[in-house]
Amino acid sequence: MNDTVLQYVLAAAVLLPLLGAAAALLPPPPGLKGKNPDQAVLRHGVTVTGLVLVLSIVLAAGFDHDNPATMQASTDISWIPALGIRIHLGIDGISLPLLVLTALLTFLCALYSYFKMPAGPSPKAFVALLLLLETGTLATFAVLDLVLFFLAFETVLIPMYFLIARWGGENREKSALRFILYTLLGSVIMLLGLLLIGLKAGTFDMVALATDNGSPLSHSTQLIAVLAIGLGLAVKAPMWPLHSWLPDAHTAAPTVGSVLLAGVLLKMGTYGFVRILLPAAPEGMQTFAPYLAALAVVGIVYGSLACLALARRGAGGDLKRLIAYSSVGHMGFVLLGIATLTPTGVNGALFANIAHGLITGLLFFLVGALKDRYGSTDLDSLAGQTGAALYGKAPRMGGLLAFAAVASLGLPGLAGFWGEMLAMFGSFKPAPGLDRGAYLVFTAVAAFGTLLTAAYLLVVVRRVCMGERDTVQAAPALADVRGYEFAAWTPLVVLTVLAGLWPAALLGLTDPAVRTLLGGS
Amino acid sequence: MSTLATSVVQSVDWAAIAPPGIVAAAALVVLVADLFLPEGRKQPLVGITLAGLVLAGLSLLPLLDGDRSTFCLVGSPADCSYVADRFTLVVQLLVLAGALVAALLSVHTLDELPAGEFWFLLLSSASGAALLPASRDLATLVIALEVTTLPSFALVGLRRGDRLSSEAALKFFLSSVAATAVTLLGVSFVYAATGTLHLEAMAKGLQGVDPRLDTLAAAGAALTVVGFAFKLAVAPFHFWVPDTYTGAPLPVAGYLSVVGKAAGFAGLILVTVVAFRPYAHVWGPAVAVLAALTMTVGNVGALVQRPDRPRSAVRLLAWSSIGQAGYLLVPIAAAAYTDPDRQIGTTLAYALMYAAVNLGAFGVAALVGRTAPQNRLTDYRGLHGGHPLAALAMAFFLLCLAGLPPGVIGLFAKVAVFSSAVDAGLGWLAAVMAVNVVIALVYYLRWTVLLFAKPGAEPAAAVRPSGPSRPLGAAIALTAVVGIVLSGAPQLVLRFASATLL
Repeated sequence: MNDTVLQYVLAAAVLLPLLGAAAALLPPPPGLKGKNPDQAVLRHGVTVTGLVLVLSIVLAAGFDHDNPATMQASTDISWIPALGIRIHLGIDGISLPLLVLTALLTFLCALYSYFKMPAGPSPKAFVALLLLLETGTLATFAVLDLVLFFLAFETVLIPMYFLIARWGGENREKSALRFILYTLLGSVIMLLGLLLIGLKAGTFDMVALATDNGSPLSHSTQLIAVLAIGLGLAVKAPMWPLHSWLPDAHTAAPTVGSVLLAGVLLKMGTYGFVRILLPAAPEGMQTFAPYLAALAVVGIVYGSLACLALARRGAGGDLKRLIAYSSVGHMGFVLLGIATLTPTGVNGALFANIAHGLITGLLFFLVGALKDRYGSTDLDSLAGQTGAALYGKAPRMGGLLAFAAVASLGLPGLAGFWGEMLAMFGSFKPAPGLDRGAYLVFTAVAAFGTLLTAAYLLVVVRRVCMGERDTVQAAPALADVRGYEFAAWTPLVVLTVLAGLWPAALLGLTDPAVRTLLGGS
Repeated sequence: MSTLATSVVQSVDWAAIAPPGIVAAAALVVLVADLFLPEGRKQPLVGITLAGLVLAGLSLLPLLDGDRSTFCLVGSPADCSYVADRFTLVVQLLVLAGALVAALLSVHTLDELPAGEFWFLLLSSASGAALLPASRDLATLVIALEVTTLPSFALVGLRRGDRLSSEAALKFFLSSVAATAVTLLGVSFVYAATGTLHLEAMAKGLQGVDPRLDTLAAAGAALTVVGFAFKLAVAPFHFWVPDTYTGAPLPVAGYLSVVGKAAGFAGLILVTVVAFRPYAHVWGPAVAVLAALTMTVGNVGALVQRPDRPRSAVRLLAWSSIGQAGYLLVPIAAAAYTDPDRQIGTTLAYALMYAAVNLGAFGVAALVGRTAPQNRLTDYRGLHGGHPLAALAMAFFLLCLAGLPPGVIGLFAKVAVFSSAVDAGLGWLAAVMAVNVVIALVYYLRWTVLLFAKPGAEPAAAVRPSGPSRPLGAAIALTAVVGIVLSGAPQLVLRFASATLL
């Protein structure tokens, strides 16, 4: 397809949700009133996110798959010449999968909410915030200007804050405030780093910075920039020990909020590492990579241990919280992959990014559905003494949960496997100049972490899916998977299997782009 | 005869001095007309005031084509007392538009205030504020500053029989007079050392000052800057602000927070960047420290406000205005280290953004104040139920002040300020500011959340729908539209950040 057409498609995909958000606040036009105003606005949300998904699929179809390393569908117009800020949009093999993932997850969330609106104030604001969030996330992956990246990064804060604070569960306001304050502090410090790069290099353009390969930046500038930007991105990713906002936010957020938080928002952090820091400040990354890797593997083990503790009988663990901690572990693998500075590791990181988005999105959907049925996600009250026997009470639901759990623990043949394996491969043989001994230790610890991950997920499966025959007959009877739930979850299941069986589809996109960003190594 | 006339009588460029001139003339017209209008039929005064301000704003247009100066010394034509360059025009635009919005906010309060005096004082103060950025000698500068502030004391104390109001006026008066005295002392020292009052000439004079007078000149410079810092409520001279704002009639508080501040900042820029340029190594670090202190004090002060205290909304805006003043100081401090043009423009761009959204916030506060005279933060609970548009506008204003999208212009104004700090190598100041932005978000967000919260159990006065009066609605709409347009096209104000203004 013609590049100019794609260019408009990309711009439309980013702008459409913004217009949709404004439109959601207006009264519905005469022909579209629907059964009642609430239904009309929720349908509006489904329509707009659906259109965006279609646009993103068009983008993926029109994308020149033979040249995934070159920026395609780029728009480059001057916006604020005074600060040298340009509206520079474009996609390559790294951003395209994330863009499609974002559009898909947001659409599924809108669809899910259409049938199962979270308890809280009017859906009007809910849909507007969801669409604003989508603009911010899509823009993060589509922009190629540092300050614009910061703008997009910040755009998601207010919508996510209100989604948690208004439609969330227990402790929602406190958790939401903690989320926004942590991320804002991180991102403001990130802004300082971005400005430093921009002012020293004389351009905010990511493509130009990547081509220069950091040559205009002195070594000390790169160090400061990596420290400042890395801090902001690490809060978002989240990297241990900056993760402490995440479990609370996930636990308090409504199902849709958790799905998007885990599936999309966390990726903005790791994407920033690959897109900005690797090409623009390679020397700085070289210096800090071992520390990043060390913290990443601590995160892997820490997340898994926290999950094990939560999964124990009598610990009063909350399933949502458990999955949130498991995200800390999974994102640890992503960060480890990035910290190897090798094409293998970075490709693995990007793959794990997508896989985590699909699988954890599915897990949060499932846990949300459990909460609707049981009224709680407390593992002890759910499982009782002998287990919740979901296989018996709601077989399809139990099967899906088991599927998502084994996908999450990295069963070969499913999406979770490749990313983490490649990340460890990369860490086994890190980039020249990095201390191989240290990385071997990291690899071993990370491998141990996969064992722990398998352990707690299997404990969860045993406690939730299995159980005594008596439990199956006992009240309350559970509704099995409903139609709209199938609709929302099937794409995630299919893509998880597909990515697991045919990883080349994704790696073929990312690999050339990663090699270009790493400077042809 | 004619030679005598040309050497003694200056030729005056009337077009150049039109903006403050028209406002001053309107003030006199109001004063006289007030005598002839019977009690209770003072409506024409509103018309005269608004017309005067709009006309003064329009008189800026012919000046756009180039720099003009008037009241120059006959002996050395480069030393002029009044210069209408880009810097002047931008500040005058800010002052006149700010005064216009403040006037719109005041129309509905006229039953409580004596109309004739109010409009006269407002216009007088605005004319002083419009004169200030154009003044290029210290005498004119101090006079303009006094013309701006003297009527403000009366404005603050205008609510008859209100103890809080008179106390606020007294506090304001005493602190301001002290500031003026300090400034004058400083000016006299500098004059003694350099023998001139004109800013440009002073900068030259300070470079080659007699070594024996060096201490005198430096002390004079420091005292002058301190005097301005006092006027600007820069910490540690900020203590009068919260009481003055809460005691003053609400539109007056809005006026002071925007126009008063803008005038003060224009003065500070002229004094530091133009006159005391040779002492940049002295005032640069000092202003940077003051900026850090001011933003921290202001934001922490706003953070600890109790939401159920009477007039807590205005009190919070007062503390937040101190915090914002801290951000405004950052580019001025940066101007000491790098090319000052860019930094001054950044301050102006930030001030323009701040003026629009802060006046908007005061507008919504005035709207809520109509039904909830206590104007507590808790009165804003559930505003969205009664006034959805006002609540959305308020949320937008607060987020602009916080600098988060959807308040895009607030974000970019902050980005510009951050970038001046980073550009000047003031990394520590940028880090302090980063922490402050986070602190500020807490209280702005708390307020924003209240707007959309469910109305509480107590009878929430704000929820009772009572339509805004037309001028009040116009003021809120105007500021909201300005904010939204700027969010789409930030270049409109940020272009000053890359232009040569002085």
